[in-house]
Amino acid sequence: MGKSIEQKLTFIHRCTASGAIWGSVSSVSASLEESLTSSAKATLQAIGAQEAALQAITRHTLKLKEAMEAEEKSAQWKDLEAALADRTGAVNDAETALSKANEALDSLKSVIDKSKGLKVSAVRPLVLAAEENLHNMVVDLDKVVTKVHSAESEAKIVSQYSELVNEAKQQFQREVSSLTPEIQANWKGLTGKLSSDDLNALIAHAHRRIDQLNRELAEQRVREQIHIDAALEQQKLEDQKALEKAVSTALQHIKEEARLEQERKLSELREVMEAEMRTQLRRQAAAHTDHVRDVLKVQEQELRVDAEQVLSSKMLEQETRYRQLSQEQLDNFTLDMNTAYARLKGMEEAIDSHVVAEEEARKAHQLWLSVEALNYTLKTANADIPTVPLEGAAQAVRDSCHDSDFALALSSALPEESLHRGVYSEASLRARFNSLRSLARRVALIDESHNSLYQYFLSYLQAALLFEEKQEAPPAQLCSEDLDPFKLLSYASYCLEHGDLELAAKLVNQLRGEARRVVEDWLTEARLTLETRQVVSLLSAYANAVGLGTTQAP
Amino acid sequence: MADEHGRKWDRCLADTAVKTVTGLGVGIMFSVLFFKRRTWPVSLGSGLGLGMGYANCQHDFRSPYLIHGRVVKDQ
Repeated sequence: MGKSIEQKLTFIHRCTASGAIWGSVSSVSASLEESLTSSAKATLQAIGAQEAALQAITRHTLKLKEAMEAEEKSAQWKDLEAALADRTGAVNDAETALSKANEALDSLKSVIDKSKGLKVSAVRPLVLAAEENLHNMVVDLDKVVTKVHSAESEAKIVSQYSELVNEAKQQFQREVSSLTPEIQANWKGLTGKLSSDDLNALIAHAHRRIDQLNRELAEQRVREQIHIDAALEQQKLEDQKALEKAVSTALQHIKEEARLEQERKLSELREVMEAEMRTQLRRQAAAHTDHVRDVLKVQEQELRVDAEQVLSSKMLEQETRYRQLSQEQLDNFTLDMNTAYARLKGMEEAIDSHVVAEEEARKAHQLWLSVEALNYTLKTANADIPTVPLEGAAQAVRDSCHDSDFALALSSALPEESLHRGVYSEASLRARFNSLRSLARRVALIDESHNSLYQYFLSYLQAALLFEEKQEAPPAQLCSEDLDPFKLLSYASYCLEHGDLELAAKLVNQLRGEARRVVEDWLTEARLTLETRQVVSLLSAYANAVGLGTTQAP
Repeated sequence: MADEHGRKWDRCLADTAVKTVTGLGVGIMFSVLFFKRRTWPVSLGSGLGLGMGYANCQHDFRSPYLIHGRVVKDQ
């Protein structure tokens, strides 16, 4: 029994040694080991003590029996006492050991329960082993205890018997002591210390006692059957009780064993299952990893596709936005460029038109300048000297008015004489007229029909004798009287004095005959001058008009 | 044109003077030579001269008014 326990202890040690790796498991295992060792020790002790007690009890019983059956011998009684002492001591030891063992077992049970309550799977074999050990210990202990109990019951019977005997003896002793109070009522020292009286009293008492006992014995024999029945009943009851108890304990033990077996099987199965589950789980884990890998791959694909899609869409968006922006920029730029170009064009056109206008203005100015030059050339006539030939100025005018037909026509309307020879100024014409006037007066009477020298003489006479106004204002309309040469000459003088060359020329044009012939030169000159002046004034007016038209107000 | 009148008069007078003097001279010459110093060739000559001069002068002064016609034959 102890060996098995020791084997189990080693097994536990191994378990706990193997299970000492994990923390809580190690603590649990340590506690289990502790409690197991302590309980095993206690149990061993208890069992040892119980066995010792058993042995002591059996010895004691044997001794008691021997003592009861045999003669009273002090040595035997001493042995008996010693045995009793041994027994009591052993029983006490056993009891204490038992209680200790029970305590230890209870603690072990509590530890086991606690460790069971922890629900750590690695502890389970330890727990199982501990439980088994506990059970075994309990079983052994119970066995030993039952043995002890049986021995004790046997001893109890024997002791009861002995007690009865002792009681009887004590009764006897008391009686004896009541009879003989001075002697100590201890039948051990009874044999050597009694006197003859005492002995007689004792014998008498013994006889009485024997009678009484005989009577009791007869009574007992009468009631034997009843007593036996009762005893049997009692024994049956006790047997039943004991049986029940034994049965219950056996049942309990068997239940415990079965439970332990179950637990062991369960643990084995669990282990197997665990191993299987582990393999299955490993397989499942492998499958799961494969599946996960596949799923991940697929997911990766999907995510990649999604991401690519998103990326492409974003890129597209960005691109479109970029293109849009760039297009916008381009459009803006083009717009700006267009506006700038349009403005440029406008400016160019403005400048060109300005240039054109300037050109026009320049041309007009040039025309005007040339016309002014022409005008100025008219003034270059001194007294009796005609102007410079107007050809240059006229050419300049013609040059400066290519595009104006009017001006061209005008410039070509200039009389040739004025171009090549120049014209006389009004002053010179006036002066010449004055001299011409006298001549015209002198030849006033001469015409186609009257042109002899006599007529000449007569006209000279007339001129000498006729006095007319030097200057007379011409009327608005000439009547026939006004066509007199002298009158005409005075009108013409008046007109010339008042600067009206045209009217003077017109009046002079009315002269007839020799006077007309005489003033023909002057008339042509006057006409030339008038024509030139007219053309020049027209040109000047035109140039002024053109200049006015083209000059821009500042 | 006015100058022409003056020039005409100059010419006329000059011409008349010359002619008169020439006639006078011729007259004198004739008178001396042929007519025994009579005065009538002198006055004739001078008169001739003068007349010629006068006629020239007149012609000169008339010249603008003279119309020279031509006979145009219808052929």
